[in-house]
Amino acid sequence: MDRALASFIRALRAAGAEVSTGEAIDAARTVDVIGYADRPVLKASLGLVLAKSTGEKTIHDRVFDQFFQPPAAAAASTSDAGARADAAERLDHGTSGPEDFDPLMALIKGGGGGSGGDRLRSAIARAAAATGVDDIRFPSQIPYYVRQTMEQMGIAPLERRLRDLLLEPSSKTQREAADLATARDSLQRHVRAVVDQRYELFGRPATEDFLADIAVNRQLGRMSSSDQERMKAAVQRMAKRLAIKHSRRRRIAARGKLDLRSTLRANAGHDGVPFDLVFKYKRRDKPRIVAVCDVSSSVSAQAHFLLLFLYALRGTVTDLSTFAFSNALYDIAAPLDTLPFDDAMAFILQEYGSGSTDYGQAFLDLNTRHWDLIDRRTTVLILGDGRSNQNDPRLDLFREMSERAKRVVWLCPEPPGRWGTGDSCMLQYRTFATHVSHCTNAVEIERAIDEALQAYA
Amino acid sequence: MKKTTSTAPSSPLGAIASITEALETVGYISTQAISTAIYLAHHLRKPVLIEGPAGVGKTDLAISAARALNFALLRLQCYEGLDDSKALYEWKYGKQLLYTQILKDKIGHIISKADTLDEAFGKLTNFQDLFFSRDFLEARPLLQAMEQSAGSVLLIDEVDKSDEAFEALLLEVLADYQVTVPEIGTIKAQVPPLVILTSNNTRELGDALKRRCLHLHIGFPDAALENRVVRARVPGISDRLLVQMVAFVQALRHENIRKPPSIAESVDWARTLILMHASVLDETMVRDTLNVLLKRQSDILAVQDRLGELTREAREAPSQAH
Repeated sequence: MDRALASFIRALRAAGAEVSTGEAIDAARTVDVIGYADRPVLKASLGLVLAKSTGEKTIHDRVFDQFFQPPAAAAASTSDAGARADAAERLDHGTSGPEDFDPLMALIKGGGGGSGGDRLRSAIARAAAATGVDDIRFPSQIPYYVRQTMEQMGIAPLERRLRDLLLEPSSKTQREAADLATARDSLQRHVRAVVDQRYELFGRPATEDFLADIAVNRQLGRMSSSDQERMKAAVQRMAKRLAIKHSRRRRIAARGKLDLRSTLRANAGHDGVPFDLVFKYKRRDKPRIVAVCDVSSSVSAQAHFLLLFLYALRGTVTDLSTFAFSNALYDIAAPLDTLPFDDAMAFILQEYGSGSTDYGQAFLDLNTRHWDLIDRRTTVLILGDGRSNQNDPRLDLFREMSERAKRVVWLCPEPPGRWGTGDSCMLQYRTFATHVSHCTNAVEIERAIDEALQAYA
Repeated sequence: MKKTTSTAPSSPLGAIASITEALETVGYISTQAISTAIYLAHHLRKPVLIEGPAGVGKTDLAISAARALNFALLRLQCYEGLDDSKALYEWKYGKQLLYTQILKDKIGHIISKADTLDEAFGKLTNFQDLFFSRDFLEARPLLQAMEQSAGSVLLIDEVDKSDEAFEALLLEVLADYQVTVPEIGTIKAQVPPLVILTSNNTRELGDALKRRCLHLHIGFPDAALENRVVRARVPGISDRLLVQMVAFVQALRHENIRKPPSIAESVDWARTLILMHASVLDETMVRDTLNVLLKRQSDILAVQDRLGELTREAREAPSQAH
């Protein structure tokens, strides 16, 4: 496989598209068949071979354009052909000094367009590759790689000459000095554009991944807004992971139990002689989740993330009911389904989050209006601190609910040490909940929901 | 290795452009991505997995490709519970039973000359394979496709409806173009078929399957492409009506509805409008025929109030198009 393709595939992987070795081989065969000549065809072809979902297609198209586009910025700023010819002419007049940077000068002056531009670009690409620019991780490394690449190309003698000229200024040397300085700046712009492009391809995705990793482990209440943006993508990934894990294998064979009716039907063609035996299957329940989320001001930061999780899970868990309360209980399926997440969030917090907390009232509303949702297949997921403002916690209803439901999982943002202090009813509720966990960050929420879905495996 | 696969010089599979042309002659308006997929599928010998909303011409591509290339079309419709006896092969039990009955009489004759049990057994062994030979094998679509000698298109429709077990079964067929029948051995395709799988994404397909395929996504067409498709499918439509109805459908897809109309619905609607002798769109006509485009009552209600405006905008479309 050629270097360009291998590097392109690395860039794809860095951007988050999963490209297997087999697909890389397919890509190489594709290039053999298609060739590099026709760009749109190559793009379409590699898209077919390397990207296996709509999400990956988007990534592929973006990376393809970034990768196979010559760094445009630099080319544009030096494409003034007249000035170049001028400079070349002047250089012819003032020939003196060590000549060992001449090839480089010629290369720079030829750059900007046509075959000369290609030569310059490939020279820069070679030099940049030699410095290992693809390992770039942070924007602060860009100047370093620019300098390394320029040295690799042999900028040092040119700079020495420039310094000598500047130290003994005269009218004759001034022109040559200006020339050299222009050439040096031009090269620097070109190299900078290349390194910038490599950073966009390889560095930025890695940095983003790194920051997202930090974000999912950060306490939910203490997030900057940029962390929250990152979290959205990370939570989407988590939700997808959970969905894949729990969507598999709904049927298991109950070996030994013959399904007589199906067997007779299957063997009707053989005169009823039972060649094919059909066994009964045990059907597994599909997850049915009723999520009840405290959105009063004290836990709103954590509620934000549970809602984010529910938002992401919505597409994958088919039987999901979502409720929010501070005292009265509201069905929030409509805002989550119709609005983009940020608007839905703002709407829910504003509409339902302003009252004073009353868990008893919320359970009473659940009891009177939505009790039919809760049966032996249901997992009830509750997020809240269990601080009911001295109101009746309605333990009787909670207990009845936990007897009806398959499981009741409570995610509490407060540490266990504070349960039962002040107006907290966590200790009473804990008695009847199947599982109580203390959730402070996104990873813990994922684990708790995984736990909740595990019951259906 | 520019050309690894031998292609007859006259076959449209030699170039991407000629695939587009060949598809157009049978009434399928292709895009570059689609033609490239067919081209690569042939040259890399890889199946194509097509995903996209219902009614954008996924199945039709396979049928048209078979017609354009003059290949046999073998179609396997997937559903929950589809298994190897429906997809690969089945033994003809009835025939085997019948033959057993006939042979019963003969067996006495055959082993009567044998003096020892071993000898009789030896004689019988020679006949054993008879029952598990090709004569008793009922070929199902996958096996049929392997047996075509003149090239074929194998359409595995709505593969997302099948079970995961069936997906695993497909892996051997799709990777090596061969089918293993334990009693007979491995049957390898004489000419690798052009395999096209379609999926409506009702469930996520397994990675192993996806990795083996070229992945083609066909989405809703843009206005220009839709014009050409409707024109190809409904040749009788006037230019004015065509541009207006396509503009209307394109605008309708941007409305907030559950199931946007697909290209199949556009074609149906074009036919409906012709039947009703429409020369231009007008609001009452649109209102009366909307159920051709939108198949959900809630969607029809959702756009009810916007119909007047959408129709008006669509009627202004021709001036923008030219």
